[in-house]
Amino acid sequence: MKVSNVVKDNFREDKLPHIWCPGCGHGILMHAIARAVSNKGLDRDKVVVVSGIGCSSRAPGYMNFNTLHTTHGRALAFATGIKMSQPDLHVIVITGDGDAAAIGGNHLIHACRRNIDLTTIVFNNNIYGMTGGQYSPTTPTNDYGTTAPYGNIDKTFDLCDLAKAAGATYVARSTAYHARIIEKLIENGLDNKGFSFIEGISVCPTYYGRKNKKGNAVDMMKSLKEDTIDIRIAKKKPELAEGKMLIGEFHNSEEEEYTARYDKIIDLFEKE
Amino acid sequence: MEKNIKLLQGNEACVEGALAAGMNFFAGYPITPSTEIAELSAQKLPRIGGRFIQMEDEIAGMAATLGGALTGKKAMTATSGPGFSLKQENLGYGCIAEIPCVVVNVQRGGPSTGLPTSPAQGDIMQAKWGTHGDHPVIALYPNSVQEIYEVTIDAFNNAEKYRTPVILLLDEVIAHMREKVDFDSVKGKEVFDRKKPTCPKDEYLAYENTEDLVPPMADFGSGYRYHVTGLVHDQFGFPSNNSEIADTQIRRLLNKIEKNKKDIIKYEEYKMDDAEVAFVAFGSTSRSAKESVDKLRSEGIKAGLYRPITIWPFADEKVKEISENVKNIIVAEMNLGQYVNEVKRVSSDKCKVDFYGKINGHLITPTELTNFVKEAIR
Ligand SMILES: Cc1ncc(C[n+]2csc(CCOP(=O)(O)OP(=O)(O)O)c2C)c(N)n1
Ligand code: SF4
Repeated sequence: MKVSNVVKDNFREDKLPHIWCPGCGHGILMHAIARAVSNKGLDRDKVVVVSGIGCSSRAPGYMNFNTLHTTHGRALAFATGIKMSQPDLHVIVITGDGDAAAIGGNHLIHACRRNIDLTTIVFNNNIYGMTGGQYSPTTPTNDYGTTAPYGNIDKTFDLCDLAKAAGATYVARSTAYHARIIEKLIENGLDNKGFSFIEGISVCPTYYGRKNKKGNAVDMMKSLKEDTIDIRIAKKKPELAEGKMLIGEFHNSEEEEYTARYDKIIDLFEKE
Repeated sequence: MEKNIKLLQGNEACVEGALAAGMNFFAGYPITPSTEIAELSAQKLPRIGGRFIQMEDEIAGMAATLGGALTGKKAMTATSGPGFSLKQENLGYGCIAEIPCVVVNVQRGGPSTGLPTSPAQGDIMQAKWGTHGDHPVIALYPNSVQEIYEVTIDAFNNAEKYRTPVILLLDEVIAHMREKVDFDSVKGKEVFDRKKPTCPKDEYLAYENTEDLVPPMADFGSGYRYHVTGLVHDQFGFPSNNSEIADTQIRRLLNKIEKNKKDIIKYEEYKMDDAEVAFVAFGSTSRSAKESVDKLRSEGIKAGLYRPITIWPFADEKVKEISENVKNIIVAEMNLGQYVNEVKRVSSDKCKVDFYGKINGHLITPTELTNFVKEAIR
């Protein structure tokens, strides 16, 4: 698919340019979602993109689908209502690390547990971008944020571990650097009939980068490449994985999907 | 012909009314004294091809209800005080994003966990101001099981007509008592469905400043792709910081209720024609007030009752008119003074407005009211 068509087909061009800072990783992840939807040939009238609040959650406004920008942390709860009430819709959720794992953490756990067919992409930039650089549940311990001026004492959260443990049937991680790979992972998530959790590591040069002396946007992108390793390689050569973040597909299982289970209850009475 | 009558509990009548209005989606979280509404919805909805989901908390219950409404469903959620507090942020979202749905609040004693199994009327102002910012509110409050059945239909109708969440207030007493319900009472009553767009798909303005102030609403999935946000937005639904747009859109939200007060406001008057003392009471308290009216009349005191069924918007003109025709108004509520301040705000100086309140978890009795009136008019 030609890039120009991806933009024309999937974006509200009159709403661009977006609000994100130069060098922000969010746009790359948003574009990957659009490509994945195009590749899958989904009917755009049947695609709903839901988000919470944050820089990341601004993405749906630019995307030419049924789009819903909800309240902070609640995207998955709104999305659950949409999917449950109208199961033929393809529901994609875009959320941030704060949105998904702090204020929305409970909804994340329960969406995973239900295995409801939502494809969730977390734009994880390890910080609260929109409110100006406060630490989030994924800010590494000892890193700095505007509310962690002496270093973050919290333990950092591995969201993929969380999603898998809570019952998500598809769990994967990649980064804004690995644009083509994450596109493919999102496609797999769309294919999965169940709850798919894809963590897209993003970069926030404006706040996280500056507070933690991570260099400029290009430096931060480079470290997404250098500081990550695919899980398949890591399994074969564990010595290469030292100090690196695992990326790739972590979990893929088949289990009955939530709305399909409810359909069976409805069917009981239709036969009556 | 056989009569279509059943003995029902108030909460059950609420579900029956909702189904009669076309409810086909319910999302909620259990809490006393509203739980039967969720239980009965869970039982009934799949039988008609509808859907029920128990969410992880009331915040999610409210969110999922709005999500269901966006796909074109008639959606409801039900709760009580603590859960009503949790729903507030997303309730405001429903107001600004103009998403029709019904939120039932079966009031119990508060604040906090309060008195879970006792009646109260402490959420009257919360129903109006619980969510932040200026926003439109429709809140209805029936006072019998029969009326719960009927007013639940009105709640859905108002939600659909004005594209907004509607709050249905009940209290523990009317929600849990059993009375007969005549289902035929609503025969011929209109069931209103939201206006949908008919324009070409690329011309649809989901938040258009239409003459009737209520723009048509497309279902997600119907081919009208549009954007919904809780940020102040333009007619397309896109976020805007433009002060003129903000002013126009927020005023439209409020005006769509304000300009349709005549249609929305419902009340009952009992022996008001020659009344010199008027009760203002609603929900279970109004039942005691009615009895007290009869008692007072038997003793030669010309008492009457004004019972708002529509709590919000407030019937300014009607209450003002009453205050001009009676010497005393007695506002009785199971709280420490909420609606009374609204009554005072509009009442004529010539009329004395007194308040009788109670918050110990017990009903206000007719005898208490009768004695209070005698004291007040001395
Ligand atoms: C209920 C509520 N609390 C707090 C906020 C303020 N707030 C807006 S965005 C945000 C954090 C967003 O961080 P994240 O989800 O990581 O997204 P990012 O901006 O980094 O993409 C916060 C705390 C809010 N809008 N609503
Ligand atoms: S603040 Fe950070 S996350 Fe937000 S747009 Fe700027 S770079 Fe991106």
